[in-house]
Amino acid sequence: MWTLLQIELFKIFRRPRTYIPFAAIAAMVLIIQLGLKFDGKSYLELMMSSLSDSFYIPYGMIMNGYLVAFVILNTLLIQVPLLVALVAGDVVAGEANMGTLRLLVIRPVSRTKLMLVKYGASVIYTVLLLVWMAVLALFLSMLLFGTNDMLIARNTVMEEIRRNDVLWRYIAAFGYATVALSTVAALAFLLSVFAENSIGPIVSTISIVIVLTILSEMRIPLYDNTIKPWLFTSHMLAWKGFFYSQSDGKGAALPGTVENLPAILRSLGVLLAYIAAFVTTAIWTFSKKDILS
Amino acid sequence: MSPVIQVTHLTKHFRDHQAVNDLSFTVQPADVYGFLGQNGAGKSTTIRMLLTLITPTAGEIEVFGMNLRTHRQEILRKVGAVIERPDLYKYLTAYENLSLFARMSGIKPAKSLLMQQLELVGLAERAHSPVNTFSQGMKQRLGIATALIHDPDLVILDEPTNGLDPQGIADIRNLILHLSSHRKKTLLVSSHLLSEMELIATRMLIIDKGRKVAEGAVSTLFDPAGTIVELDTVDPDFTGAVLARSEWQPFLQERQAGKFLLKMDRNRIPDLTRDLVQGGVQVLALRPRHSLEDYFLSLTTANQHVDAFTN
Repeated sequence: MWTLLQIELFKIFRRPRTYIPFAAIAAMVLIIQLGLKFDGKSYLELMMSSLSDSFYIPYGMIMNGYLVAFVILNTLLIQVPLLVALVAGDVVAGEANMGTLRLLVIRPVSRTKLMLVKYGASVIYTVLLLVWMAVLALFLSMLLFGTNDMLIARNTVMEEIRRNDVLWRYIAAFGYATVALSTVAALAFLLSVFAENSIGPIVSTISIVIVLTILSEMRIPLYDNTIKPWLFTSHMLAWKGFFYSQSDGKGAALPGTVENLPAILRSLGVLLAYIAAFVTTAIWTFSKKDILS
Repeated sequence: MSPVIQVTHLTKHFRDHQAVNDLSFTVQPADVYGFLGQNGAGKSTTIRMLLTLITPTAGEIEVFGMNLRTHRQEILRKVGAVIERPDLYKYLTAYENLSLFARMSGIKPAKSLLMQQLELVGLAERAHSPVNTFSQGMKQRLGIATALIHDPDLVILDEPTNGLDPQGIADIRNLILHLSSHRKKTLLVSSHLLSEMELIATRMLIIDKGRKVAEGAVSTLFDPAGTIVELDTVDPDFTGAVLARSEWQPFLQERQAGKFLLKMDRNRIPDLTRDLVQGGVQVLALRPRHSLEDYFLSLTTANQHVDAFTN
């Protein structure tokens, strides 16, 4: 299994197109960091305009590496699924298009193992993409902007997280984001099984994610308690919950706590269920499929 | 000796299209088994079923005495194949492609083995060139190298000479003969090129519209005593007179625009040549008609297509 996984990763990382998402993330992160470095105060004034009348806001202290990373994650974790789809949507359909799928299937490897390895490689790719994003968004921001306590605006509430209480939250958030993006990878992977070229599954995945995200974000009571709780897109941004702490009753955040951990775990469960359903369906479909390409 | 491949009542439907229909055949050890048929006759579908790419609608396949459905991996470990176009990873080098497929087949190849394999197919000098710089013939040879890298006992080649120039075709033919005679492989080779099959196959299966129309040793598939020999001479009238008073008269079938057609044992062509020359006939050409082609056309619907075209 390990050998097969190595082979799959070798194939992925020898293709130039594999590096496009890495370059895209680097470009986006650097653009945001440059903007905030030179005009961060204006951005903060805009973001905290609803609070600035009630509070004195020390913009110089707030603008630190942790906040910048939070801003970047907020912006990018909506776009990154599209980048993940580029690789996961290609993983089976791309081979069918190249004509190499049949060469793989006639090797003494079970189709189930072949599919598990291909999905595993997609997940590893997703993890590496997030690690790359973490390095740039978090560690580079820490270098460029320094570290301090982190202030987050939630509607009309300002939440302060102590600087020594931040890093584990980022690790948890990136861990959660890995599962969220692996769900998108699983969807692209499933669609990839039905196609003979990778454009179809990539475009379909992106379309589905966009439509469901819009549905998840819409405030329509009819959907709120019926459809939305079951859409995977409704749970993809639950990583933000790691930055919301429990209160000590006097308005101060309790270090090392998460406001609503059960809700985050529930969302995680929904995403894992989606992954299991997508991957199982993909394996079942592929094991029955006639390879005609 | 038990057969290498035993196919029994194999059938495949694609919706309302019947690609393979109740096909049965046997491939014996050390055979170069020619699998002949027109384009669309069902050759590739059959081969894909032999390689588990397609699930049969009905019928059984046994390879090395094992059922393909229940012993898939065990069987595939001993089978190497190239299916139609040899599509490889174009962005990888020949060496990397070969190494990758060797590892997929469960072996950890030493560099020397990989180079030896590339040497066998004449690609050692281009080992580290990306496949996207290769000609069709080179890709085909690399495809065969990937099929052979795990030293399989059975090699299946689906239309291995498709798209190749005459030199490429000759290279593949020599490689097949080498694999058969020197490396004692059993080969199943599909083609629609009858002349190629005649040169390499020991046994043959001819299919048409998914059905078997003939199977057997090449020597028995068509009657060598019934070869049509075409005789072209300088003076047809004189030749006619010589033939009329010779022992060859009973073999004369017809006279077409100055040429004579004789139905005879092709092994006696040297005798006929000698008698004609001794009788004073100036022979321009004496050639056997492609009997296998005639035989093939007589069996398959290709004949109807030829008739329709010429009419």
